[in-house]
Amino acid sequence: MATAVPVSRPLVRREVPREIRRRRFLVAVAEHSVLIGLAIAFLAPFVFIVLTSVMTDHQSLSTNLWPQPAKFSNYSQVFKDAPLLTYAGNTFLYATLATVGMLISSVPVAYALACMRWRGRNVVFGLVLVSMMLPPQVTVVPQYVMWSKLHLIGTIWPLVLPNWFGDAFSIFLLRQFFLTIPRDYADAARVDGLGEFRIMASVMTRLARPALVAVALFSFLYAWNDFFGPLLYTGENQGHWTLSVGLAQFRHLHSVQWNLTMAATLLFMAPVIALFFAAQKKFVEGVNLTGVKG
Amino acid sequence: MTVSGVAGARPGALAVAPERRAAKRKAQWRRRRMVLLMMSPWIVGFTVFFGYPLIANAYLSFTHYDLLSSPRWIGTRNYDFMFSGDKQIWPAVKNTLWFIAIAVPLQVIFAFGVAQIVARARSGVGFFRTVFYLPTLAPPVAATLAFVFLFNPATGPVNTILSKIGIEGPLWFQSPSWSKPSLTLLALWGVGNAMIIFLAAILDVPKHLHESAELDGAGWFNRMRYVTLPSISPVILFSVVIGVIQGLQYFDQAYVASTVAAPGAAGNAADSSINLGYPEGSTLMYPVLLYQQGFRYFNMGYAAAMSIMLLLVSLVVTLLIVRNSNRWVHAAGGVK
Repeated sequence: MATAVPVSRPLVRREVPREIRRRRFLVAVAEHSVLIGLAIAFLAPFVFIVLTSVMTDHQSLSTNLWPQPAKFSNYSQVFKDAPLLTYAGNTFLYATLATVGMLISSVPVAYALACMRWRGRNVVFGLVLVSMMLPPQVTVVPQYVMWSKLHLIGTIWPLVLPNWFGDAFSIFLLRQFFLTIPRDYADAARVDGLGEFRIMASVMTRLARPALVAVALFSFLYAWNDFFGPLLYTGENQGHWTLSVGLAQFRHLHSVQWNLTMAATLLFMAPVIALFFAAQKKFVEGVNLTGVKG
Repeated sequence: MTVSGVAGARPGALAVAPERRAAKRKAQWRRRRMVLLMMSPWIVGFTVFFGYPLIANAYLSFTHYDLLSSPRWIGTRNYDFMFSGDKQIWPAVKNTLWFIAIAVPLQVIFAFGVAQIVARARSGVGFFRTVFYLPTLAPPVAATLAFVFLFNPATGPVNTILSKIGIEGPLWFQSPSWSKPSLTLLALWGVGNAMIIFLAAILDVPKHLHESAELDGAGWFNRMRYVTLPSISPVILFSVVIGVIQGLQYFDQAYVASTVAAPGAAGNAADSSINLGYPEGSTLMYPVLLYQQGFRYFNMGYAAAMSIMLLLVSLVVTLLIVRNSNRWVHAAGGVK
């Protein structure tokens, strides 16, 4: 409006009283000390794992915290003690096959739930939510019976195959993301005469790439870390163990040497942590996608 | 302009020529077929891996079944044994309830507290977020092994450091009264997911709300009570629900901690599950007992009955939380 009051004098920043300034400073110091203390507490386990993993056998049985001398050959020793490469291969196979299958099967489902209108859609979405929320133990007994009738106990297939038929959590996440994409994109493509399948495959997946990456990361990580499934289905067949199962048994098979156990533990954590640093932003975006606000 | 298959009649829709109506019906039929095609992986998966098992479970829970001979109908004997006879099940229920009642709220409060401090940091928000998130990524088996080592009473760094400052540390994973608190510490270490979600929500609270509250003379406590908490209440609900669900299925850490911490664990390679619940059944969670009954002893019928109870409890708990939530979850914050 024309009657906007002109600023008659330069704005002077109000002087904050000294008392308040001092208190703010002290609060900031206190907060940062708590923060740094917490950070140290969160990192300390990693530090002790690393330190212990290079201790000599004798030293790991003492209360010394610092390895002296550092024995890096522990890392080659664990490969001799347990077939870690086989376990890693099995784990990698499980995680990769599960992730690929999950993407192929879950994207169309999420698309149909988010971008197409049909009767019963909300009911189906409710069922997806229910199957996502209930503990896996609720269906595990008949599933085990089923796989044993198919003679697949002792392989990783009972872990992989369900992922090829839509994973509830991924469907949920992808649907939430598809809903945030303005309808105009899909509508424009429809006007251009594209079929629903093409819209999904070439328009939506491109727009939803961050969500696809996040969902793939979560799926891979879930499989990599999974323990209950591999224990249940591969437990009796050591050749098909994943790293989780192998590591849980490591201490039983190979005495009480904490140094070797920690070296193996670190080797198991390392790929995941490397993956995190390579795709940190995607992770954080993905986690925030799960904490839906809409 | 082409009318894409929008549901619902439009004014004048009745006046269209019959051939156009036929074409429309054909298009609609093709759309339905498309939906069915896209949904087909889920339809198969849901039926085979969820719907059918739920029904089969109900049947198996009334049978005696060991996987070798076919299921034998025994009426309610599994349930009779569960409610009067099984000496392990009530301790297992109590352990799981302990975990849900104590560890889960602590986790939510801790995640919120950490997020709150990180949000107020002047610098390095990204760095601290990474530090607090990192442990979440550690595979549960690896994290549990690490904690059993860190807290082992003989050579573990925790008790070593405690003794240096003159405190005699407890036996942690080897003491029946400390094993669950030790698992709780492990759970607090892995609080990163909830922390990130809280952090995003806290940073999302409109600044002007805080400023106007401050102008009205609201102190730290009142701003927390009337601005921050209502704004992020959907996120609190979300993490409580997730926490309870995870608490009900808590298995990995309890399994690994009990089998690894038990003395003489080494050498028991043949069947490490003999130590499940160590020490003195204090870590025998409900899912661990279910696993033991179903897949160690192959009492599949009894395990089915146990999972039916788990199903009922999970349904009730989830419904209760979601139902009651509208009383305290701030509507404008989201969750429609």
